[in-house]
Amino acid sequence: MKSYKDVFGSLSRAAMIPFFVIGDPDFDTSLDVIKTAIDAGADVLELGIPFSDPIADGPTIQKADIRSLKAGMTVRKACELIGKVKQYRDIPIGLLMYYNLIYQYGIEKFFADFAKAGVNSVLVADLSINDADEILPAAKAAGMDTVFMVSPNTSDERIKLITEKTTGFIYTVAVLGVTGSRNSVSRSVGPLITKLKSKTTVPVCVGFGISKPEHAAEIAKDGADGVIIGSRIVKIIEDNLGDKKKMNAEVGEFIRSVRKALG
Amino acid sequence: MELKGRYGDFGGFYVPEVLMPALEEIEQAFLKYTKDEKFLKELDDLYKYYAGRPTTLYHAKRFSAYVGFDVYLKREDLLHGGAHKINNTLGQGLLAKYMGKKKLIAETGAGQHGLATAMIGALLGMETKIFMGSTDVVRQSVNVHKMRLLGSEVVPVSDGTGTLKDAINEALRYWTATVDDTFYLFGTAAGPHPFPMIVRYFQSPIGVEAREQCINQIGRLPDIVTACVGGGSNAIGIFSGFINDKNVRLVGVEGGGKGINTKEHCATLCVGKVGVLHGSKSYLLQDSDGQISETECISAGLDYPGVGPEHSHLKDIGRAEYVNVNDEQVLDVFGILTRMEGILPALESSHSLAWVLTQKGKLPASTAVVVNLSGRGDKDIGIVEEHRPLKM
Repeated sequence: MKSYKDVFGSLSRAAMIPFFVIGDPDFDTSLDVIKTAIDAGADVLELGIPFSDPIADGPTIQKADIRSLKAGMTVRKACELIGKVKQYRDIPIGLLMYYNLIYQYGIEKFFADFAKAGVNSVLVADLSINDADEILPAAKAAGMDTVFMVSPNTSDERIKLITEKTTGFIYTVAVLGVTGSRNSVSRSVGPLITKLKSKTTVPVCVGFGISKPEHAAEIAKDGADGVIIGSRIVKIIEDNLGDKKKMNAEVGEFIRSVRKALG
Repeated sequence: MELKGRYGDFGGFYVPEVLMPALEEIEQAFLKYTKDEKFLKELDDLYKYYAGRPTTLYHAKRFSAYVGFDVYLKREDLLHGGAHKINNTLGQGLLAKYMGKKKLIAETGAGQHGLATAMIGALLGMETKIFMGSTDVVRQSVNVHKMRLLGSEVVPVSDGTGTLKDAINEALRYWTATVDDTFYLFGTAAGPHPFPMIVRYFQSPIGVEAREQCINQIGRLPDIVTACVGGGSNAIGIFSGFINDKNVRLVGVEGGGKGINTKEHCATLCVGKVGVLHGSKSYLLQDSDGQISETECISAGLDYPGVGPEHSHLKDIGRAEYVNVNDEQVLDVFGILTRMEGILPALESSHSLAWVLTQKGKLPASTAVVVNLSGRGDKDIGIVEEHRPLKM
């Protein structure tokens, strides 16, 4: 199974990391779109298991969560879908999700089952580094990497705690706020990337608010090892619910344009 | 964070990293200013001259005769704004001011916390934004109008069932983008640490006063203290005064809605399972995957699938018991108290009264029960009329 090290270590440019809500808008379409993203040049996948109360997400991802849940997505089916993605291509997969779903599934069992399905890391949006020990033993036992978030207002003291416990990559939040497309990239993200690179050897990826190929290029130029794009791509799904062919074509086209911008 | 914010295994601060600095800042300010004489004096004066504390403990004699034992009402309904919520908004609002914050945001269910926040926003000259589920905006339109008159912006939230849970989600999202200058004035003893601790502290005068009043007026401690529980702020406020009095039974009453065997209730502690929502580990109403349930209950203020972590702890250690009553029982007792005592209880508070009524004929005549009458029912007359129209 391909690790983050394999991918980030072999790339001479920033990685293209699209985000999808698993099962959006339904199981089969979601699998197709993810395959399209892989074919279009995604280097790593960031996938979310839908949750009823996604407090870190803006309206676009919220709607995707609702679509997926309404179409019958469950935690177990999400595991099944991930297995099918891995059958299609060995690509690193990071989960980005909320704690209650893991807690109800059983923490150890969750990490064991999803590691088996081919997941490389689980980033829990509502579990701060203070409580990371609730999942770290299970993640380690399952052989998973760890990914934590750093936001523009994270103190140096907390950055130290976070980098010490991160083995996969740092998920750097580009803006104060929830997920969602923004018209421009915050100017403060460059210095934050530089600071993080000086404190850790793990890759530093950036997400939240990135919606255009030129944003991705700008962030890559600032030194990011990966660019995570979610809401912009999920919006393509939302805008093409009636035409799956067009949905796939536009997702593919967008990912190719970002890849091109990354060089 | 200086403290762990845990009640047994419950509580904690399960929030995105972006909110951690703000929670730490609030915790620090709370620990600092609740030892600061100037702050405490200013708060005491506001409690006394602005809100109307202390509230009375009233012996409801006709209602007592009807149920067959002594019932005392802790009259939080007499406070400015008509509910206990102002105890907390004065405290947190003043804290925000001392911290130098310029803007307040809050969530609201019944509108009582929103109203109490809007009043304090006006009083302290702070820009105030209230997030409110769109269902609640409709069913509590009088409070919406009041909040707007007070100069607050009311933001309707149409996600989910458009109730308290959805309002909290949206307030948290808004806060992540505005943490620098905005104080989230959390309304109930739930949410991430330090909110359960802070809300308990600012609601604790209810319990302190009630205990002293019992000793002065009844000559002893009560046998039972009861309060309604949604998130649980009024309940933790009054319970906190009696927690160490082991012989005082503490009874929290949840919204049984159309019955706990249906999906339309909000009896979290009665039938929920432990999980994590809105920053806190506590009992929750949820499905087997952990997706949070949509709740329904006649009183908007109790309509929440979670509950404060300290209540979860008090339940597990057996210090408090949690029961539920259904909408019909609530409407019955609303009518009874109104006509017998000339007091319109809020539908939230009517839940604890309805439980008291279930004890008619079961408790000895010598029993003294203190009911936290957390709010007045003026806001609910439309709902009551809808369910039990008056024949003119």
